[in-house]
Amino acid sequence: MGAIYGYSPTAGGYDGGQAELVRVPMADVGPTLIPDDIGDDDAVLRTDALPTGYQAAEMGDIAEGDTVVVFGAGPVGIFAAKSAWLMGAGRVIVVDHVEYRLAFVQQYAQCEIVNFKDVQDMALHIKKMTAWLGADVCIDAVGCEASGSAAQTLSGRYLKLQGGAATALHWAINSVRKGGNVSIVGVYGPTFNAVPIGSAVNKGWTLCMNQASVKRHLPRLIEHIRAGRIDPKQIITHRVPLADVADAYHMFSSKLDNCIKTILVTSALPQARPLFAGGTDTLH
Amino acid sequence: MDNPNAHIGQTHPMRRSRAELDAIQGWGADLDRKDRPGVPMERTPPRFLEGKHWDQPEQQRQDIEVFVTPERPGITPVFGTSTPPKGLSGLLRRAAYHMTENDIRHWLLLLLADRVNLVEGIGEDLSRGHLPNVLAEMGIKAEWRHNKVGLVRKAAIVAALASAGYYLLQRRQNKLRER
Repeated sequence: MGAIYGYSPTAGGYDGGQAELVRVPMADVGPTLIPDDIGDDDAVLRTDALPTGYQAAEMGDIAEGDTVVVFGAGPVGIFAAKSAWLMGAGRVIVVDHVEYRLAFVQQYAQCEIVNFKDVQDMALHIKKMTAWLGADVCIDAVGCEASGSAAQTLSGRYLKLQGGAATALHWAINSVRKGGNVSIVGVYGPTFNAVPIGSAVNKGWTLCMNQASVKRHLPRLIEHIRAGRIDPKQIITHRVPLADVADAYHMFSSKLDNCIKTILVTSALPQARPLFAGGTDTLH
Repeated sequence: MDNPNAHIGQTHPMRRSRAELDAIQGWGADLDRKDRPGVPMERTPPRFLEGKHWDQPEQQRQDIEVFVTPERPGITPVFGTSTPPKGLSGLLRRAAYHMTENDIRHWLLLLLADRVNLVEGIGEDLSRGHLPNVLAEMGIKAEWRHNKVGLVRKAAIVAALASAGYYLLQRRQNKLRER
């Protein structure tokens, strides 16, 4: 992993990049030129959400015909579901509790959906959906602010007894088949989380996780966009001026107004193009 | 599905048919691992960018205190300077950076420092004569526009709790006075 704007000293200690102007360290190798035929909307999503979702599927080491379960129908989960097909999955299931996002991903990524609020036990439900085998690949595209388990939410999000709620990871571990793959791109804290590591040992699966290697994925993702295999800009639901960033974040985190992806628009130079991004992508 | 032997001989139950998969735009484009740019995850031998060379960049002048990990010597050539440590949160962060990331106290102190810094920030605003609009910073405009019912409900709960607290406090004071 390289340095990331606004990601604390864990990732280089650089201040946030959601600003009119940013200083670019190591600018002779870091930035990527955006080809003229790639529009700003597609380009800005290619800096974070799309490569993260793509890499989530890639780290799942999907083989032809695999059943892939994606936990989380946010921008990253949506792109992970879409990417799972590119890698030859036989079945893609997305789990979330926000209805409008499930409806969107079902249509956008042509996948099956599960609302976990309708399910008593997530792992059992996945077992039932897969004739008791479990999924070949489970992807955690949620991270530490997960809903779905009162015990995890209370101990992780409110009492801070663990580094956030590891609900999605817990589900992924218990829903994957023996010898399968679990891929984590959800953000977790640097401390510890309560996950059933003993079950992981007994099931003998492979765990892969990383921040997105954005630069490495860009050339292939450009090819996918050009070939019409993936259309990132479709997930954009809102455009908000940088001055209203507090409202943009609130809308995103509280899932207001059917928000999926917000683009922050700055009043910077018209020639400037997107370079890097954080949770809410910024057009510089 | 209820047949306990249903899985025998089925490694990919309920997989879509080839025709269905072919209808999915781009299906299998990266089926071959050679087409997956991040496989293998680590390049061996490491790739060196063609025509690029590495010179240690000029070291940024350090005019403010910047905390660095004790797990390796030195500081990066370029670093952020927008939030120099100060006050109680600065003391806490300084203490945290005497410890490694392996020490849980490092993270707990940083968490605490973050909360303390929040209160310090409000105090700083007030001392400059700026009344912080906490509600606006929490996105009340968006909440009002898109979730009026929820906002009214939250306001009602807060008002009810505040009234109940006020009532209990008054009752206690009255009782003390009666004694």
